[in-house]
Parts: sequence; C-alpha cells; structure tokens
Amino acid sequence: MFQNIGEMIVLFWRTLQALPQSVRQRQKIFEQLFEIGNASLLMACILSVFIGGVIALQTGPVLAERGLASAIGGLVGLSVCKELGPVMMAVLIAGRIGSAMAAEIGSMRVYQEVDALKTMNINPIHYLVLPRILAISVALPVLVVFAVLVAWFGGALVSMLNHRIDVPLQTFFTNLREVVHLRDVVNGLVKSWVFANVIGLVSCHQGLQTIGGPRGIGRSVTKAVVNSIVMILILDYFLTRILMYFDK
Amino acid sequence: MMNAGGNKIQSCGVRVEVRGLHKSFNGDAVLRDINLDVAPGEVFVIMGPSGSGKSVLLKHIIGLERPDSGQILIAGESIEAPGVMERHRMAMVFQSGALLNSLTVGENVGLYLSEHRLKSETEIATIVAEKLSLVGLKGSEARNVSELSGGMKKRVSIARALVIEPELLLYDEPTSELDPLMSVTIAEEIVNLNERSRVTSIVVSHDRDLAFGIADRIALISEGRIITVGSASDVRACQNPVVQRFLNASFKHPHPVL
Ligand SMILES: Nc1ncnc2c1ncn2[C@@H]1O[C@H](COP(=O)(O)OP(=O)(O)OP(=O)(O)O)[C@@H](O)[C@H]1O
Ligand SMILES: [Mg+2]
Repeated sequence: MFQNIGEMIVLFWRTLQALPQSVRQRQKIFEQLFEIGNASLLMACILSVFIGGVIALQTGPVLAERGLASAIGGLVGLSVCKELGPVMMAVLIAGRIGSAMAAEIGSMRVYQEVDALKTMNINPIHYLVLPRILAISVALPVLVVFAVLVAWFGGALVSMLNHRIDVPLQTFFTNLREVVHLRDVVNGLVKSWVFANVIGLVSCHQGLQTIGGPRGIGRSVTKAVVNSIVMILILDYFLTRILMYFDK
Repeated sequence: MMNAGGNKIQSCGVRVEVRGLHKSFNGDAVLRDINLDVAPGEVFVIMGPSGSGKSVLLKHIIGLERPDSGQILIAGESIEAPGVMERHRMAMVFQSGALLNSLTVGENVGLYLSEHRLKSETEIATIVAEKLSLVGLKGSEARNVSELSGGMKKRVSIARALVIEPELLLYDEPTSELDPLMSVTIAEEIVNLNERSRVTSIVVSHDRDLAFGIADRIALISEGRIITVGSASDVRACQNPVVQRFLNASFKHPHPVL
C-alpha cells in the first residue's frame, strides 16, 4: 500500500514534468475527453436527478413538520454541490472510466505494446498517462457542474410534487440562491478536480503495474476501482477540513 | 526525445557488446554469463531451443530488462548511461508483433515518424505505403490490427521497424509464423536492408534455413549459456553434442509410407 503510494507520487511527478508535452498530445486528450463525456454524461444526469430527489425526500418531511420547509432549497443545494455531487460523480467515474483506463493500459502492458513504445523512444507517460490524466481532470469538474444542476432540479421537483413537503419551485430556488454562494460550488469543483487526478493516477499506475495475462488485467481493474474509491472517501474528509479554512 | 540526426537517414550500423550478462527471474537463472560481440553491419543470428533465454537476451540489448550483473554496450557506451538510448535509432520486431491494438495498421507503421514529428503527414503516408508493400501488405493501411492473422501482424511489425531506419535492428523470430514463400521474402529483406544501410541486425530464430542463409555469424544458446559462436561452417563443424542434436534434428516417420 505505502509502496503503491510512493510509486504513484513518482508517476504524478513524471506526469507534471511531461506537462509541456500536452500541446503535442492534444489530439489524444480530445479523444479521451470525448470518450469520457460520451460514456458518462447521460448516466451522470440520470443519477443526479435521483440524488437530489432522495435528499429532498429524506429531509423535506422533517423540515415541514417543524415549519421549516422553505429552507429545503438551501439544504439540498449545499449538500449536493459541496458533497454529494463531487463524491458521487467521482465514484461513478472511478467505476466507469478508471476501470477502462486500467484495463486498456494493463492489456497494452501484458501484450508488450508498452515495451514496443519504449523501443521506439516513445515515453509511455507522455503517450498514455498524460492525456488520460489531463482529460479526466477537465472532464470530471465539468461533469460535476452538470450533475449539480440536474440534482438541484431533481430536489426541486420532489419538493414540489411530494405532498408532505409541498414547496413550490419558486420558493425552492429563492432559498437556494440565498444560501448557496459561488464559492460553495467552486469548493465542490476543487474537490472533484483532486478526485479526478486521484482516479487517473491510481488507474494508470495499476495499468502500468499489470503482470501476467488476462487475470492480471482483471486484478488491476479491480484494484484501480477499489483503491480509487477508498482514496476518494478518505481524501474527501481531509479536503473538506482544509477547504473550511477558505470558507470565511 | 528526438534522435540525433533529425530526418537524415543513418547509414551505418553500431557495434553491440554484451559483457558478463546475468539475469534470473524469481531465483531461476535465465541468462548465465553471456558475452557477445556484434560488429557494425553484421547479421548475427542467435539460435537455441525454446525457453533458452533468447527473447530475454534481446530485451536486455534494447534496454527493456535490466541485467542483474554485467552490461550492454552500444557503440562502446553502456546503455544505462543517460542519452545513449535516445542517440541511437534502434528497433525491435517482437515475437508477438506487439502492435498497438487501438491504432490501424498504417498508424502503427507510421507511429515512430508521427510521434517524433520527423516527417509531414503526406511523406509519412508514402513511406508507410512503401514499407507495407515491401512486406506484401500493400493497401492495408486502414485495417484494424485485431483483424489480422498472426503472420500478418508479424509482417506489419517488420514494416514498423523498417520505417525507423535503425542502426540496430533486433528480430525475435521474424519468420516463425510465415509461410515458406513469405519467409524467403523476409529473409531477403533482412539481407537487403543490411546491404543498403549497413544496419546491425540481430536475428533470433529456430529456422535453420533462414539462419544459415542470412547469417554472417551464428551463436547457439542453450539454458542461458552460449555454447558456440562462429560462421555457419564453424557452427556446423562444432562437435558439441547439444549443437549437433539441435542442427540435425529431423522428423522420421515411424512407419514410412513408401
Ligand atoms: N518476465 C519474466 N518473468 C519470469 N520469467 C521469465 C520472464 N521472461 C522470461 N522468463 C523465463 O525465461 C526463460 C527464457 O524465456 P525466453 O522468452 O527468453 O525464451 P526463448 O528462448 O525466447 O524461447 P522461445 O524460442 O520459445 O521464444 C523462460 O523459462 C521464461 O519462463
Ligand atoms: Mg522467444
């Protein structure tokens, strides 16, 4: 575990050093971006309606009983943009994109394609890792913006339609705008940017580490997803703590 | 990462020296004290039984594996020294082909030139077409790697290596999956290329006809040790029983039809 983290820090450092290469690799970055968007945008939106909806459903009746129903917009708004949006989308992307990265790089490793790149003096970090990490660190925050908007809408919808909450759209969004500030959204985006880098690094690292045949690839994929999610959830606490300093 | 010399075609091979190379995997010795000296422009064939460590030796020469002890010198410099691998153009034809599955045949063959921005796209297209027709795959640029047969992959892999115009070219069993006619074509191309640009070629092969046909010198390796090195006639004359058994093995039907 600690050895893995060490190796990942080295990989991150090498990727940072490779950043000047990103202009050259822009074609591959766009390809990756397209793939990520294509694979997850619809799923992210569907998921988000339900995330926003369930928060409203859980909290709305409790608030309404105490006459606080009008506060539901802010509550759903904040919890979605600072916490649930970034974390849920990161988990979704770890499963959807992290696994694909680990599988693709892992099979290239096993079938000696990575070796072939090296013999042609093509650095696998420039060719494989850099475009993927850049693409995911752009794509995930963008995805979170969509997800947050859709989740707010889902929350508003449930608040309006559920007869135990019964808050009109107007009231929901007025309260949301009073409570949620731009910095709260930015806060969530910063989190998601960090998560994106974690997913990219963990998955590329696992891919490059793959040994053995198809079973090795399977093992790498599982590890990439599980380790990404574990790291996301642990980092989430510390990031929240750190970002609190910027809140005031 | 660009090679010295830019677009200019290197017209001379390099000397390759292997000094006291040892390698074991998980405690099993695979290479034991390998010493080789390959002259610039030579066609050097390595033969030996399956599992004797030939592929592992090639991977050491091109820097994909690190020796436990000993060293590899390219043009007199250790390949571990910084910049040496970048300064020399080298290419390897992998036993499995090792083509990039996500790219088309044409993109694979042109990869070296396009990644290092050595030529314009139209120039690359011309070169790719030329090398593909050389290996009998004219017009298959747009095909996917996954739809090729084993032998076709091998030939694309050879085309990809030729595009690099290397100073050192390593072939891991270039003809093992080819039909006899194509084997001859590839053998001719290995020799042609060697005459045209004096590239140093190291060829691993089981194919006795190919080996004795193209080799300037042959090395026989068994269980990670070099048994004998020399010209084709030297090796044929070698009295070592392992060598004799390897060179003279032939299939005799227990119940001859005629
Ligand atoms: N990465 C590795 N890890 C562990 N063992 C390895 C590794 N690579 C090769 N070996 C072992 O080294 C030995 C030599 O393998 P190598 O591939 O060089 O054989 P070869 O001479 O090329 O055989 P063939 O003619 O069948 O290709 C084999 O016993 C193989 O199991
Ligand atoms: Mg081999």
